[in-house]
Amino acid sequence: MLTFTIRRLLFAIPTLLFIALVIFLLLELAPGDPMANVPLTVPPEIKEQMRQALGLGEPVHIRFWKWIVQFFWVEPLNVFDYLFDTNFADGRLRIISWQNRAPVFITIAERIPQTLWVVGTAYLVAIAIAIPVGIYSAYRQYSAFDQVGTFVTMIGFSVPPFFSGVLVIIIFAVQLRWFPSIYDTRLVVDSWESFGMQVRQMFLPVMVLALQITSQLSRFMRASMLDNLNQDYVRTARAKGLREKTVVLVHVLRNSMIPVVTVIALGVPAIFGGAIITEQVFKVNGIGQLLITAIQANDLPMVQTLTFIFAVLIVLFNLIADVLYGILDPRIRYD
Amino acid sequence: MPDGDTRNVLEVRGLRTVFETRRGEVHAVNSVSFEVKPGELLGVVGESGSGKSVTMMSLVGLLPSPPAEVREGKVLLDGEDLLQVTPARLRDIRGSDVGFIFQDPMTSLNPVFTVGFQIMEPVRRHMGLNKKQARARAIELLELVGIPGAAGRLSDYPHQFSGGMRQRVMIAIALACDPKVLIADEPTTALDVTIQAQILEIIEDLRSKLGMAIVWITHDLGVIAGIADRVAVMYGGQIVEHAEVFPLFNDPRHPYTRALLKTIPTVSGKRAAKLQVIEGQPPMLGAAPTACAFRDRCPLAFERCHAENPQRETVGPGHDVACFHPLAHTAKEGAA
Ligand SMILES: Nc1ncnc2c1ncn2[C@@H]1O[C@H](COP(=O)(O)OP(=O)(O)OP(=O)(O)O)[C@@H](O)[C@H]1O
Ligand code: SF4
Ligand SMILES: [Mg+2]
Repeated sequence: MLTFTIRRLLFAIPTLLFIALVIFLLLELAPGDPMANVPLTVPPEIKEQMRQALGLGEPVHIRFWKWIVQFFWVEPLNVFDYLFDTNFADGRLRIISWQNRAPVFITIAERIPQTLWVVGTAYLVAIAIAIPVGIYSAYRQYSAFDQVGTFVTMIGFSVPPFFSGVLVIIIFAVQLRWFPSIYDTRLVVDSWESFGMQVRQMFLPVMVLALQITSQLSRFMRASMLDNLNQDYVRTARAKGLREKTVVLVHVLRNSMIPVVTVIALGVPAIFGGAIITEQVFKVNGIGQLLITAIQANDLPMVQTLTFIFAVLIVLFNLIADVLYGILDPRIRYD
Repeated sequence: MPDGDTRNVLEVRGLRTVFETRRGEVHAVNSVSFEVKPGELLGVVGESGSGKSVTMMSLVGLLPSPPAEVREGKVLLDGEDLLQVTPARLRDIRGSDVGFIFQDPMTSLNPVFTVGFQIMEPVRRHMGLNKKQARARAIELLELVGIPGAAGRLSDYPHQFSGGMRQRVMIAIALACDPKVLIADEPTTALDVTIQAQILEIIEDLRSKLGMAIVWITHDLGVIAGIADRVAVMYGGQIVEHAEVFPLFNDPRHPYTRALLKTIPTVSGKRAAKLQVIEGQPPMLGAAPTACAFRDRCPLAFERCHAENPQRETVGPGHDVACFHPLAHTAKEGAA
């Protein structure tokens, strides 16, 4: 297992470099001019100077190489400096946003907490609801519980967040005034009262996202349980005189969780990706919103970096999913 | 061999099991009665769909309900009616007094738990042993079924065993708590011939060592001839003929039994075909039978067979047949 993991990690390096190149070239080809937002009154010579200052004058391969060095060497050094109060990174140029001339990683670090709070909580809530619901619906297939579950799931699947989000804002924020409609990022949680505020402002976006994730995950859990409930080993477990609870929650569940855990692991990068639409609807200034504004502003370094971070996370969690699969399923041998 | 006056350890009377499906009822088991004594081996034969598995699973509530419903009958295990006891009591009996072995050893073990865990489970559940004692018992059981290096194999997973070895593990699980009755549902069908012979040998050996009653379901009349004391032939959810091995093979009275015996391949040791060599299809019973289930395939059918369901009648010592036209011993050559 260890050799498998190391081999996979090594193999991930060329994969990631290739992805980095593809992202870079795609954005290179994409239409859009970083100078487009500069007022028309600015003379062309000045624009050209600005272009040079952004490093756009250099050939593609040089710019790619510089970006790679910045991403894999300069930025980690900065993190190291920040953590241990050293100054290894002094004087080295970081990846700079074209929008606000600040290092992109600082902006990202500012935005991540909102995203993690809202989307991460939604993910955990969804897992906590979906697994028991999936188990029970499968065990009592076609019961009233299962039917209601299927109906709610269908709604969760088919109603997009830009609709459900607006709907809950109108009902719970505008009409009933139970929850605020806008997420206030400046809120500092330092007391029980402000914690309560935080919970309240998170509630609606978390529920909207959780409904969607729960729908997918509970269906998956249910299907996985149903697959296993009909297996011969379940009959064997019953023939041994085991309690129904043991049969279902030990024998069947342990098998059913294998694909579910994999799917959960594969879904984690999406948390960091933020929920673009939900963040827009609730004005949560997380990563999803950052990406959208960066795209609109032609902020290539920001878009490149964010996209590449998602790519790294996806590759990483694919690896984690594979390793988990190997740990959970003794039949899998990685050598 | 046990003689007539030993008490029956398992006695089944008038068992009726119905499946309530969306397309109507399926009467899978119709008034089945049989009994076994301690140390005795009852063979149950019949083609696919004749209700052998459903009968045995009905005994201890192993069928999913719904759709299955045991409508009538008595299942007396040492005098206690298993159809009347509470679910909790039934769980206490399953795996301890009644052990089960199933057909496919590849899928009957849970792939994600070690073999040791799966053997220790019933032991701990029924015998109340602690971990250490259960481990010792598991090793003892694996040795009993002839798995070499038993202690070292407890932490192995089922996929690390061959098919024959897995079936031995299944036997070990079934025998874990010294059952009074062992029900083996086609335990060798999925195995190849040499392995099959080894498993048969183990069962024969354990039967004499442990003295439990065995109900052995199979398609394979060759196997039955080798190990059974008595044989029950099932057709359409009923036992149509029942006798000791010798009379059954020498003097079959039911036209179906006779047809079955013709399907035994001549090359000894070769596995019997799935008994579908007899022309026609086995019946699907949408209602309790009101005529002989075999009438459409029977060469001897006459009016009465279409109007009435024959009941089992004694035709010799320990030999009974459900047929209006039981073939006389002398008519054997001419008929069928
Ligand atoms: N879950 C079910 N729902 C409806 N009918 C069923 C169900 N399970 C079994 N049956 C019916 O019960 C009848 C008897 O099936 P059973 O499995 O006992 O046959 P069998 O004699 O064991 O056959 P085989 O030799 O193939 O194992 C079959 O005709 C089948 O259609
Ligand atoms: S009762 Fe009639 S149909 Fe049935 S087996 Fe006997 S002779 Fe054939
Ligand atoms: Mg069967």
